[in-house]
Amino acid sequence: MTGTATVPAATTAPLTGKGQRPGRRIWSYWRFYLALSPFYVLFAVFGLYPMLSTIVLAFQRWDGLSARRFTGLGNFEFLVQDPTFWTALENTIVLFFMSTVPTLVIALLLAVMLQSAVRFTNVYRIAYFIPNVTSLVAMAIFFSSIFSTNFGLVNAALRSLGIPQQDWLGQPWGIKIAISTMIVWQWVGYNTLIYLAGLQAIPKEQYEAAKVDGAGPVRTLFSITLPQLRPVILFTVVISTIGGLQTFTEPQVMVGNSGGTGQSGMTVVLLFYRTAFLDNDYGYAAAIALSIFLLVLLFTAINWRIFRGRSDDR
Amino acid sequence: MTRYKWRGIALHAVLVLALLVFMFPFVWTIIMASNTTADIYRFPPKFTFGGHFGDNVRQVLDNVAFFQSMANTATVAISTTLLVLFFDSLAAFTFAKFRFPGRNALFVILLATMLLPAQLSAVPQFQTMALLGWVGSLKALIIPGAANAFGIFWMRQYFQNSIHDELVEAATLDGCGFFGTYWHVALPSARPALAFLGIFTFVGSWNDYMWPLIVLTNPNHLTLQVALSTLNRSHGVDYSMVMTGALMAMVPLVIVFGIFARQFIKGATEGAVRG
Repeated sequence: MTGTATVPAATTAPLTGKGQRPGRRIWSYWRFYLALSPFYVLFAVFGLYPMLSTIVLAFQRWDGLSARRFTGLGNFEFLVQDPTFWTALENTIVLFFMSTVPTLVIALLLAVMLQSAVRFTNVYRIAYFIPNVTSLVAMAIFFSSIFSTNFGLVNAALRSLGIPQQDWLGQPWGIKIAISTMIVWQWVGYNTLIYLAGLQAIPKEQYEAAKVDGAGPVRTLFSITLPQLRPVILFTVVISTIGGLQTFTEPQVMVGNSGGTGQSGMTVVLLFYRTAFLDNDYGYAAAIALSIFLLVLLFTAINWRIFRGRSDDR
Repeated sequence: MTRYKWRGIALHAVLVLALLVFMFPFVWTIIMASNTTADIYRFPPKFTFGGHFGDNVRQVLDNVAFFQSMANTATVAISTTLLVLFFDSLAAFTFAKFRFPGRNALFVILLATMLLPAQLSAVPQFQTMALLGWVGSLKALIIPGAANAFGIFWMRQYFQNSIHDELVEAATLDGCGFFGTYWHVALPSARPALAFLGIFTFVGSWNDYMWPLIVLTNPNHLTLQVALSTLNRSHGVDYSMVMTGALMAMVPLVIVFGIFARQFIKGATEGAVRG
């Protein structure tokens, strides 16, 4: 703020246009700053300050009661040697692929079909979207019930087909299948509608031109539909990445805070929650939180490179 | 012609199958909630609706403070939604239609905040709540979420495209003032955008789980999601009762979504394609 009161606003902020006359002082814009202040004040108090504290906390040991002790890189050294952290990281990434790949493939197929459907499209759209607005906790309870060993619907179906029943929520792969089934169910509809909107934005002339050139449906899909849809696919991949790497509610409700048998439902966010709010090991939890942030940044950057890199070639 | 007809039938067959898969959990939840746990435990399981829904509801009400939790959840979701609609639209209107020093820098900061995951601030935020004496109180859920970057970003795009600068200038010349122009010109013209942001915020707030789980420490003063999770943990074997609770917790939201579904879907998909 130094000197702004003596320097004309026009030189400190070379903006022209409505609402600004040369020589206006910064305080004459107070209404605008007041209008913006709620977000920035809330962010400073409940966003920025806690984030900076988390960074400091990651270099300390603290149980929430006794005095904080500075431990340097101690938490991070512990992190790289902690087998639970590596298990959680592996589970998170495996679950991310097990849920995202089927979700996006099914969504794309449904979107292509929905685009060529003429009737009932609004009924389909609303019904497909409902899982996405349904309570995660309620649905996690539902999916743990159908995957339950003795009375679950999945095992009842297997038994009626003569296949021996499985202890789904009691074994590592069963837990992962149950959790990713729920994520797929919840996210296919949302992504279908995103792809549908993307498909409808592709100019019809391109398809007509392809037809004139004698291109078949498969050729059209690979030379027009998918390349045109690339930015939309990038969007869905980024959204799925950010959400998938922060999976918490599904495993927490379905297999509990321990992560279930062999900790195979333990995700990094569940580990963070447990470390901070059940073990009260705040310093280590802060280190885990920072690693989640880096993980999200890394994956987003990878997505960006894969999809951007290809579109630059063209 | 018949070839096209058969293709159409096959197409709708797949689409209807998908619809049934998406709807199945709701139907099965209702079946479980209307039968006794013994019926569900049978093999083969009972596939029809039963007459025990009333009993199950009574059991849910005996085991958790359901209506108290529902009232808490509604309080949080409605207050958060109203505050978000007001603060976000006001900030968005300011960004979209006025120029002032620092505007671009402030907007870049706003966009950057959207990249930060919630866990990054959860521990110190809990300490802040403890300092303020808000642990266990609904304020801890409402206040931090009263304005958000996504809503401001989304509303700003809408204001930029839908309100002409001349309209804002005319209102200002008529002596409307900044807040008057916002209230009388900007808000009424932004109804579709406000409808989307409102339901988006409401749904998110209603279903929020991790932060309420952390900050609501009094077992008699919970939100619906946390109460439901507690019910599941303590009475997990009593399926019909737990599923009744799940059903009761999601019905209000499905109704709200049903009313606004079209606007909501339009808003939710529009941004992805334009962006």
